[in-house]
Formats: sequence, structure tokens, C-alpha cells
Amino acid sequence: MKVGLFGFLFIMWILIITGGGILVTILGPFSINGYGDFDWILTSGFKAIFAIILVIAWILVMSKLKNWIFRKEIKY
Amino acid sequence: MTELIIPAIISCVAAFFTVYFMTPPLIKFLQKRNFSVKDVNKKDHIMVVRPGGPSIIAGIITSEIVLYIFFQSNEILVIMITSFIAFVIGYVDDRKVMSGWFKPVALVIAATPIILLGTYDSNLSFPLFGSVHIPVLYLGIIIFMIPITGNTINSIDVLNGVASGFMIIVSFSLSIALFILQNYQMAIISLPLGFVSLAFYKFHKIPSKIFPGDSGALTLGAMYGSIAILGHVEIIAAVALLPAVINSFLFLTSVKRIVEHRQIKGKPVEHTEDFKLKATDDKTAPVTLVRLILASGPLSEKQVGHTIFKLAIFSGILAIITAFMTGASI
Repeated sequence: MKVGLFGFLFIMWILIITGGGILVTILGPFSINGYGDFDWILTSGFKAIFAIILVIAWILVMSKLKNWIFRKEIKY
Repeated sequence: MTELIIPAIISCVAAFFTVYFMTPPLIKFLQKRNFSVKDVNKKDHIMVVRPGGPSIIAGIITSEIVLYIFFQSNEILVIMITSFIAFVIGYVDDRKVMSGWFKPVALVIAATPIILLGTYDSNLSFPLFGSVHIPVLYLGIIIFMIPITGNTINSIDVLNGVASGFMIIVSFSLSIALFILQNYQMAIISLPLGFVSLAFYKFHKIPSKIFPGDSGALTLGAMYGSIAILGHVEIIAAVALLPAVINSFLFLTSVKRIVEHRQIKGKPVEHTEDFKLKATDDKTAPVTLVRLILASGPLSEKQVGHTIFKLAIFSGILAIITAFMTGASI
């Protein structure tokens, strides 16, 4: 059990670093042009939506991993 | 760097000894007024006073005033105001049981000084890959960060000494990370959090003489969150906090709603005859970190606490590694 918890913690850390990499390499340089003063609002809006999708994906992956790692313990 | 040593020493001494000397009279005051709750994990009928929040906030304010005399920076003011608002919110919840939504929503108010005084940077730094500029999204991060850190620390305050002991480990890990990133002023501003937690742990460790209560836990969590934002170490702070994040994550994914723990009917943990803690198989009870630790068999309260501390040390090491990785780039 204790090893499972340490493993779960380590996987969470790896996913945070990977998610950060995706955010910086894909989202960082992204910008929308051609809408004048609205460019930064549209760019920020898109980045916000993408980041929220990434967080939801992170939660779903962690939820699946939790059920897999602790399948013996979480019988309730 | 050397000019920072004296303020650092004075503020840490002020933080530690304010809590150390203020907590015993606070315990007597709370005993006289009968502000106590039953320690459910003890065999005998033992009552423990709460909340310890007043001595915790006194330690934080005193030490940060000392630092403000030396540095006069808005960051210190923001930390004091944010921590104090969180303390007031927690104290209201200590005195009167509020709904599950009260603390997360009210803690948004505690985050507003960070925005109003403009003490943040919209660049979010990630290890290895650099930073990303997210001006609008970052406001959302500030608004969510304080309620999340506040409630996460509050959610791990389940056994004698765990919340304060956990805070000692994670806050010193964060201070070390700030030193590694050469953000020396912020590192020194963060040190009193560890020393306040250390002094309070003396009275909170098993067997507890006082519980921090919501006012204590929310104050510690809100200060931690504000240091993370002001020091631009949001990701490192999140990594150090992972065991508590796991606890909140397990709770929320099993209960599937935001709810006060008092409102949950199912018990995740029960006691054996020799009063060790044991996981239940109650399907209505939430899955928690303590319940998972106990899944392999009954343990004493002290053993469970030590396992949580080991997890905190592990995540603290990961946070320090993350700090080194943030300094480097691919």
C-alpha cells in the first residue's frame, strides 16, 4: 500500500511536468491575429480553454490510475 | 545576500517564540471557556481545546511586521492581509458550523489583495520547458490557488500533529526551493511559515494539547498559497503539497461533491479493541489518504501520522528536484 502511494505521488509529479511541457511548447507560442484589439482576448480565451481541458484530462487520468493502483484497496 | 541574514534570523525567532509563548495562555483561556472537542482517536474521554488559529496568526503577523520594517515590500503586506482574511474566515467556521461551500467561496476574498496590489507575475514557470505568459488565465489561478491550498491543508488536519507537522516539511521545502531559484527575499519571507508551524507542532503533536481548528489550518494554507504566487513557484508549491492534494482528490472523487466532513454519514476509519485505527468497508464513506494508508492493516495514530510525514518528505524532495529543473532548460 505504502509503495502504491509513493508510486501514485511520483506519477502525479511526472504528469505535472509533462503537462507543463505541453503547455509551454504548444500553448506558449500560440497567438491569434487579425482581430485588432480583440487579438489578446481571443488568444487568452483559447489558452484558458486549452489549459482547462488539460486539467480535466489530468484529473481523468489520475482517477483511472487511482482505480488501477488501489484496485485491491478500493473495494468499497 | 548577507544583508538578508539579520532580518531572516530576527523574523524566524519572532515567529517561533510568538507561537511558543502565546499558545499555553491560549490553551488556558480556551479551557476556561470550554471551547473543546472530544479527541475521537483516544480510548479515554479526552477533550482538546480549539482553535489554535489566534496564536498561529499572531506568529505570522509579528514575524512579517519585522520583515516589513527591513524590506517595506508590498509582498509582505499581501501575505499578512491574505493570511489574516483566511484566519477570520476560519474563525467564523470554528465558532459556527458553515456549509461545505462557505470556506472555498469565502477564501476567494483572501486572494483579492494579491490582485489589487498587483504583486503577481503573469508568467507561469514550468520545470525544464520554461515559462508561459497567460495574463487572463493567471488571474483564475490566483483566485483558485488560495481556496485550494487553504482547504487542502484543512482537509489533512485529521490526526494529532499531522497538519502542523506536514506544514513544517512542505513550507521548509518551499523555502529551500526559493533559495535554489535565488529568490532570496521571498525565501526569507517564507521562512516564518515553517517556524510558526514548528512552534505550534510542540503543542499539536500526539497527544495534542490544542487543535489548530479551521482558523489555524486555513491561515497556514493561505499563507503557503500566497508565497507560491508571489514567489513565482506555483508548480513547485503544488508538488510539495501533493500528499494533501491526493487526500482532497480521493475525497472529492469518492464523494463527488463539495461537502463539510461533518455532513458525511459513512465513517472511513474505525477503531480496533486496542484503539488502533482501521479502514472500514463502508461504501458510503469517502476514500481518504488515511483510509488508503490503513488498507493494509490497523495502525496506531502515531504510525499513520509518520506515514503521512514520509509522504510529505518524498514530495518535498520532488519539489526541490523540480526547483533545480526549473532553473535548467531543455
